[in-house]
Amino acid sequence: MIRFLWRGLVRDRARSLFPTLVVLAGVALTVVMHGYLRGTESDLVRANAAFGGGHVSVMSRAYAAEADLVPNDLALLGADSLLATLGRESPAYLWSARIRFGGLVDVPDAAGETRTQAPVAGLAVDLLDPASPEHEILAPGRALVRGRLPAARGEALLSEDLAQRLDVAPGQTVTIIGTTMYGSLTTANFRVVGTLRFGVTAVDRGAMLLDLADARAALDMAGGAGVLIGFARDGQYRQAEAAALAARFNAARAGDPDPFAPVMSTLREHAGLGQTLDLAATVSGALIALFVLVMSVVLWNAGLMASLRRYGEFGLRLAIGEEKGHLYGSLLAEALMIGLLGSVLGTGLGLLIAWLLQERGLDISPLLRSASMLISDRLRARITPASWLIGFLPGLAATFLGAAISGVGIFRRQTARLSKELET
Amino acid sequence: MTAEPLIETRDLVKTYPVGGGDLIALDRVSLRVAAGEFAGIVGPSGSGKTTFLNIVGSLDTPTRGSARVLGERVETLGHRRAAALRNRHIGFIFQTFNLLPVYTVFENVEFPLLLLGLPAAERRRRVMAALERVGLADRARSRPDQLSGGQSQRVAISRAVVKDPALVLADEPTANLDAANSHQVLHTMVRLNRELGTTFLFSTHDEKVIGYLRRRITLVDGAVAADEVVTPTHGENGEAAP
Ligand SMILES: Nc1ncnc2c1ncn2[C@@H]1O[C@H](COP(=O)(O)OP(=O)(O)O)[C@@H](O)[C@H]1O
Ligand SMILES: [Mg+2]
Repeated sequence: MIRFLWRGLVRDRARSLFPTLVVLAGVALTVVMHGYLRGTESDLVRANAAFGGGHVSVMSRAYAAEADLVPNDLALLGADSLLATLGRESPAYLWSARIRFGGLVDVPDAAGETRTQAPVAGLAVDLLDPASPEHEILAPGRALVRGRLPAARGEALLSEDLAQRLDVAPGQTVTIIGTTMYGSLTTANFRVVGTLRFGVTAVDRGAMLLDLADARAALDMAGGAGVLIGFARDGQYRQAEAAALAARFNAARAGDPDPFAPVMSTLREHAGLGQTLDLAATVSGALIALFVLVMSVVLWNAGLMASLRRYGEFGLRLAIGEEKGHLYGSLLAEALMIGLLGSVLGTGLGLLIAWLLQERGLDISPLLRSASMLISDRLRARITPASWLIGFLPGLAATFLGAAISGVGIFRRQTARLSKELET
Repeated sequence: MTAEPLIETRDLVKTYPVGGGDLIALDRVSLRVAAGEFAGIVGPSGSGKTTFLNIVGSLDTPTRGSARVLGERVETLGHRRAAALRNRHIGFIFQTFNLLPVYTVFENVEFPLLLLGLPAAERRRRVMAALERVGLADRARSRPDQLSGGQSQRVAISRAVVKDPALVLADEPTANLDAANSHQVLHTMVRLNRELGTTFLFSTHDEKVIGYLRRRITLVDGAVAADEVVTPTHGENGEAAP
């Protein structure tokens, strides 16, 4: 009997192939959608970790209180020994000192007069040491568009977009006008040796990258750093681990009354990122739920239509003497098989597309021209453990329920009405 | 003849709620059909023929009155027992959509035997014998869409009789057939009635079918207007009631 029903299912493409393809498409869409939303979320984390404050960051208490303003007058001093301590105590993280500063970049003409000026978001990290962890965290080498990385003091990098706007080519010297740690105006000359594009619009719009030692000298911050960042060596942000690390670090200094004592915070605590991440998680969770719901309704309906189409067949089978329960059971078994097959294949296809999006990404920079959030302009999916299962909700559960509910009609309707539908 | 009739209905009423009131599809139908009969319910479209056949075949339940079929009270039969009654003792032949299109001729005829749980060898023997009877053994592997209308109806007959039922209910079996095919199909049924003693109850308004009947029950607006024993004008000569 089971073989008999199976043969019928396989031969009737409208009953097997078509529904399976519908389920497959719905499930694949769900998986890709899920991967895309999770990818956007993880991109937000990645961009903020690399260009913001790492997975954890250490600042002076005073600096941390006003971190948004980049108050270099409140920066940490003796940063290098603290950096060494952190490296020893938490070897699972890469540690690096950074200085952020705001200023103007002044481009001189041939006569040495100002040709053009622009505000610049400066970032200074250790660029000259080949062993610098920033080669991994910030990875300017991968973002290089023109020229080369700095190899000596006095060399700097400009974002490609800014360089184009200012009409600056590698080799040209520019002047930075900024404020020292002690509040006085300062200028320093740098030779631009290369240009960068990170693929994060908010950074690419106007960044200048200097070597840490140069920035210290220019801003009068000997041994200082705005922030020491910790970046998990595997690149993955784990909130609980980061929070534990910060709690341990801060507990050891709880008794210290010094307002300039170092304090550690996690990525979630940086610049309201926690709320942003929560919002992103909520929004993407809601979108995923909505999408699963819509897909469920679609597949449910497909299951419904598939059985309505077959009322003639059901009437005949009942007339021949098949028991209603048996008929219903065979309907459910079919839906289960189609749902399972479609879900498995759809999840496979969805994972493949999500994987391609994860590895290659999709350029969305035109959409982000005015974005200030640190978010990558490459749309990337991320495959999570849930990606493997999410498609089964609409694919299997909804298909099955659709068949189950439409099949109730078999019981509800008078047998005679089912067979009456045989008449024309 | 005082043997218990195969079918016995008493004041059978079937109404359908339509618009404001009730449509009376069957109006106090009391009939007896004995084993071995070759009888037909005759009447214009909408006179209640199909409704009557469906109640007798336990596909439907009456609004009032009783119907006893093969010793079972149809109006109180649960759907399980009704299915068992149909499966073991009643064969249906409809006007259209008689065959499951995705299955071969063999598989269509085999289906009732699968429901009965017969072993494969027994099923094969019976299916081939039933196809033999309607002259379609050589089409066992064909699909329904490869058959003519007459051949399809003969396969349906073969499926109806493969389980050796006591009763075959045929609802307008020739409505979609041309004259030649109609006569061939009817000949087959007359022969099975004679050879196997199977009771045939038709619903029809086709003159060709009426010519084969030995009993003609006329329904008008759901009520029995006439019930006559007639001499067939067609069919094999010399056939007598068993
Ligand atoms: N399910 C139903 N609901 C409402 N009216 C019905 C239903 N089935 C049959 N009828 C009505 O009952 C009457 C008898 O129908 P039917 O038994 O099919 O007649 P016949 O088979 O003689 O053409 C018709 O008027 C038909 O419209
Ligand atoms: Mg009818």
